[in-house]
Amino acid sequence: MGRPACKRRPEGRAGELSDVSTQIEATSPGAVVQEFEDHGELTVEVRADRILEAARALKSGPSQFTLLSGVTCADFPDEPGRFRLAYHLRSVQTGGRVRLRAWAGGLDPQIDSVTSVWPGADWQEREVFDQFGVRFHGHPDLCRILNPLDWDGHPLRRDYPIGGEEVQFTDAV
Amino acid sequence: MSTTDPLSAFPLAMEGREAVEGATREGRSLTPTERAIAAVEAYTPAEAAERTLRNEMLADSRPGSRQPLIINMGPNHPSTHGVLRVIVELDGEVVREVVPVVGYLHTGIEKQCENKTWWQAITCVTRMDYLAPFANIHSYVLAVEKLLDMQIPARAEWIRVLLSELNRLASHLVFLGTSGLEMGAMSIFFYCYRERDEVLDMFEMVSGERMNHRYFQVGGCAQDIPEGFLERLTKFLKEMPGRIDEYEALLTNNPIWIDRMKGIGIIPAEQLLGLGVTGPTLRAAGIGLDLRKSEPYSGYEHFQFDVPTEIAGDCYARYLVRVREMRESVKIMQQVIDGLPEGPFISDDRKVVLPPREELAYSMEALIHHFKLVTEGFKVPAGEAYATIESPRGEMGCYVVSDGGPKPYRVHMRDPSFVNLQALRPLAKGGYLADLIAVIASLDPVMGGVDR
Repeated sequence: MGRPACKRRPEGRAGELSDVSTQIEATSPGAVVQEFEDHGELTVEVRADRILEAARALKSGPSQFTLLSGVTCADFPDEPGRFRLAYHLRSVQTGGRVRLRAWAGGLDPQIDSVTSVWPGADWQEREVFDQFGVRFHGHPDLCRILNPLDWDGHPLRRDYPIGGEEVQFTDAV
Repeated sequence: MSTTDPLSAFPLAMEGREAVEGATREGRSLTPTERAIAAVEAYTPAEAAERTLRNEMLADSRPGSRQPLIINMGPNHPSTHGVLRVIVELDGEVVREVVPVVGYLHTGIEKQCENKTWWQAITCVTRMDYLAPFANIHSYVLAVEKLLDMQIPARAEWIRVLLSELNRLASHLVFLGTSGLEMGAMSIFFYCYRERDEVLDMFEMVSGERMNHRYFQVGGCAQDIPEGFLERLTKFLKEMPGRIDEYEALLTNNPIWIDRMKGIGIIPAEQLLGLGVTGPTLRAAGIGLDLRKSEPYSGYEHFQFDVPTEIAGDCYARYLVRVREMRESVKIMQQVIDGLPEGPFISDDRKVVLPPREELAYSMEALIHHFKLVTEGFKVPAGEAYATIESPRGEMGCYVVSDGGPKPYRVHMRDPSFVNLQALRPLAKGGYLADLIAVIASLDPVMGGVDR
């Protein structure tokens, strides 16, 4: 059912890249892993260790993504990177939008915090930490926010048990 | 926890201990929020009495020598808009530090959505921001429709606009009423709730429920607007401008209201933007950002309306912006009634939308579609989409990820209340304790949306 997304790899073809990727590549060469446009939304995937550089480039660069709309995450247990972070950026000046993506890694998920670029990332990164267990380096106050402070586990991970009662008599069929 | 443990007798003290336990298990020190929680709950009543006694003995009456007072406001406090908890450090009456603590209403809605089919998840998302249920569903169905590449009939879009604006009106009425209550103006509450009740009655007429409607469907609306609804709405809209005049007569020039709101809770617009604040709070600080204008969805480009802005950026400006937004909503709704197109209220894509009820009586195919859709649900192509709408509180975003199956792989709601509430700390710091109430009221957070 997957839609064929028009994926483009940036190797040596900087001329074909979108403005957003060009802006990131200008300050942090090799940071962009891939970019594609799907359903009218531009997605730029960057290497996890370059996320802070990419964030700085996009905020101060010509496209001026001054508003961080949201930070969120999705768990893909079968992928090597496992936790896929999505940063939705919006430019107040140009009206443009972009989704910045990065994989935080499976065993010990961690990534740099973007709170120094957008202070509004504070609570949203705390939420991702709380629900997925991704640790954000340089976050000023990384503790749980929605779940109780001593909660065990990270509920939005795909392997977190849902709970509930078993269906009765299933074993008797 | 054992019953002999002295701390277990006092439920408030538990969270401080939880903070310490959680941090110890993760092998790290306490973060600022955890420290604040632990500090405010560190004492048993016996310990507290002992410390007070000791402090009194050591009391130093020289100016400037006083100790900060830490108080705990909420989670059950009449003026925190639900279950918001604020730990405040006071120097006299001046607020030195504010630590908002949220999560008391967390129900794991995003997790629940992953275990429902796409159409069942609507029931879950509508329960987030309970004062703007239509805004929640609106952003969700727009995101799913984006993934499905669906075309929505014009009538359905216009009905969506109509109900979204009616919802904005109802939400702002609650803001106005409860803010008045918190500032000590009792009558405004009754005036606002009189009109809000009429709006809820109309919601019930359309969707069958007064709150938590699941009226918007993927593809359109659940049913057409009922007979007599437009007449009732027209009558209501005719009365409404006069009613808004009444509210303004009560508040806009009221000296107490002005004293409590004007010049309170100001930070620069750039700082608000950096904190991700959107909606009336940002517009009151001079940035006229409104998604209905900047990125029109559901046919908002067809309507003439203004985006009210103010430049003061204080609580009073936020009040003014919301009141003027109510007038604009009335204008939009009038335009919808005047030009509501005829036609279907939902798409006829049989792979997604339930077939009309009467067709089940004679069409085998319709019966099969109905059965498949209800038991299994429709499948959504793999991919991800982010849809944003202008909710009464700001940018309401819905991020959905699909793996191609009949259930969402991930649903995330970017709730404006959650992001806006981060501004509470810079807004209230350095002001008086009484101003903290005004600031919370003017941010208009809905804890159902914050905690989800």
